[in-house]
Amino acid sequence: MTAAPQAARRRERAAAPAPQVPTSPRRKRPMRARLREDYPLLLMCLPVVILLAVFMYAPMLGNVIAWMDYSPYVGILGSDFVGWWNFQRVVADPRFWHAVQNTLIITGFQLVFFFPVPIAMAILLNSVLTKRVRTAIQSIVYLPHFFSWVIVVSIFQQILGGAGLVNQFLRSRGLEAVEIMTNPDTFLLLITSQQVWKDAGWGMIVFLAALSTVDRSQYEAAAVDGAGAWRRIWHVTLPALRPVIILLLILRLGDALTVGFEQLILQRDAVGAGAAEVLDTFVYYSGIVYGDWSYAAAAGLIKGTVSLILVLGANKIAHVFGEAGVYQR
Amino acid sequence: MTTTVPRTSARVSEAGGSAARGPGHRRRHPDRPPYEAEPGPVAKTAKTTALTVIVLAVLVPLWTVVVTSLSTQAAINDAGGLVLVPGELTVKAYTDIIRGGVVTRAVGVSVLVTAVGTALSLAVAILTAYGLSRPGSLGHRPILFMLLITMFFGAGMIPTYLVVAGLGLIDSLWALILPTAVSAFNILIMRNFFMNIDRGILDSARIDGASEWRILGQMVLPLSKAVIAVVGLFYGVAYWNAFFNAVLYINDSAKWPLQLVLRSYVLQGQAVPGTTFDPSSLDGGQTAGLAIQMAVVVLAMVPVLIVYPFVQKHFSSGVMIGAIKG
Repeated sequence: MTAAPQAARRRERAAAPAPQVPTSPRRKRPMRARLREDYPLLLMCLPVVILLAVFMYAPMLGNVIAWMDYSPYVGILGSDFVGWWNFQRVVADPRFWHAVQNTLIITGFQLVFFFPVPIAMAILLNSVLTKRVRTAIQSIVYLPHFFSWVIVVSIFQQILGGAGLVNQFLRSRGLEAVEIMTNPDTFLLLITSQQVWKDAGWGMIVFLAALSTVDRSQYEAAAVDGAGAWRRIWHVTLPALRPVIILLLILRLGDALTVGFEQLILQRDAVGAGAAEVLDTFVYYSGIVYGDWSYAAAAGLIKGTVSLILVLGANKIAHVFGEAGVYQR
Repeated sequence: MTTTVPRTSARVSEAGGSAARGPGHRRRHPDRPPYEAEPGPVAKTAKTTALTVIVLAVLVPLWTVVVTSLSTQAAINDAGGLVLVPGELTVKAYTDIIRGGVVTRAVGVSVLVTAVGTALSLAVAILTAYGLSRPGSLGHRPILFMLLITMFFGAGMIPTYLVVAGLGLIDSLWALILPTAVSAFNILIMRNFFMNIDRGILDSARIDGASEWRILGQMVLPLSKAVIAVVGLFYGVAYWNAFFNAVLYINDSAKWPLQLVLRSYVLQGQAVPGTTFDPSSLDGGQTAGLAIQMAVVVLAMVPVLIVYPFVQKHFSSGVMIGAIKG
């Protein structure tokens, strides 16, 4: 994978400045001629521009209610500006910081206990020699990614819940039943294992693609030098995966404030806000459920802004380390 | 690679010789690279066990859900819950669901939203991806930038809700489609694919007087079946699986999609508001309902299971490489 997209990127980069360099006559052509030539392309982009304007950019402007005392009865035009009042309330609210704390704990925990799983699985699967077996396993483990969170949580509840398969087994052995689905203390473990079940297989796809491009002669050279299977993984496989690992790490860090919203909101009732309240659920409950619109918008805006800074920062760090990073056109 | 042949072939015969010595040993795998030693029995067992556990961890839960949905009440009572080993089988849960009407209505809503949504999103994605695919075309940079921004900065739930409500889309199925119709990620996958199509062919068609629409329809699309299948699957699965949009925008439970009904039945253990069909209060109490609950889970999985095999083969092709890059 590393080679292919890099080649693609190089091609793209080579293609992007093309209008300036070799076809510079194009540049000089009058606007009207360019418009006549390119208007079908612009027309094709019209639907997306309209959809983005209405459902992305209008709401972005709608964030102005974070500086208002918004009431749905009088609308945006009738509501008063209140300056930074809502932001001050958010920052002074211990429930907000509790949600931040939960979010960061979940992100950190999953970084350690989810992130490496697809890498390990990809290396394991890559060592399977028979192609048919490999493809069959791949098709099976990708599958849960395509099930909804409602299905995944339902299945987990039926297996680990009070009347579930595991407790059935424990009771039949005369052991005490364990309550996993509603226990706040083990919630972190529960949601991480749900994520592993749903997405670890799919997460492999990137790493498998990267592994398929590793030059075999490197392994051979390492083997000739006396490196065993484990040392070949350490000195050849992992370095080959490094760019992908860093790229995904950046994406994850940029998303540090976003943790499985649907997954958590489905289980918040069962386990309680103490363990399951994250920033997104906090915004949902304060705004839509309790109707404090401006307050929730302010909290959401803080989250969005910090996330943006995180992505840009993480990307910057990647560039410093000489990696491609997420975006560079 | 060719220069190393003599050395490696020596190693092959050596390794092959050692493998041939033990009569109990399996034949050396034809694809095993020559430099790699045949793994020992411990390593082999460990690897097989790990892979088996992974595969079973995916399949066993799905298996018990399907079996339970097809089990009689007696079989479920015997098992005390989910059924692992099929006993007496019946399709009663499914016929009950059809008679109950609530689930079939929800399936109808989900199918409608998924079909219309996927068609719309795919059309928008194809047009946008092609419209942005020619380097240097007029105005493509600002539009691309407008699209990219949405990947890094979301507008937020509250203002989006207010806009959707302001447009009068509450309780309209369009609220389940339009706000999520554009996925910058999917469009970029597609654009990346289009940009890797040989520009020479397209340019010569353009010189021959073919319009952009014709180039897109008759040249680009036939070459792009793989990426359209994959992006179509992504959109389709997203529409089919979406549940939170419906929580936000659909108050009328008669318009609930299947995922929301599923949440009601299985996770909250209650009937859909305004209906009397309640799996957990059916004759026999909790357990009779279990087959129905699991049947609803199966219904929610079936479309994915049907489409998945056809699209899955494209995952390993070049399509996903664009996806990784985003």
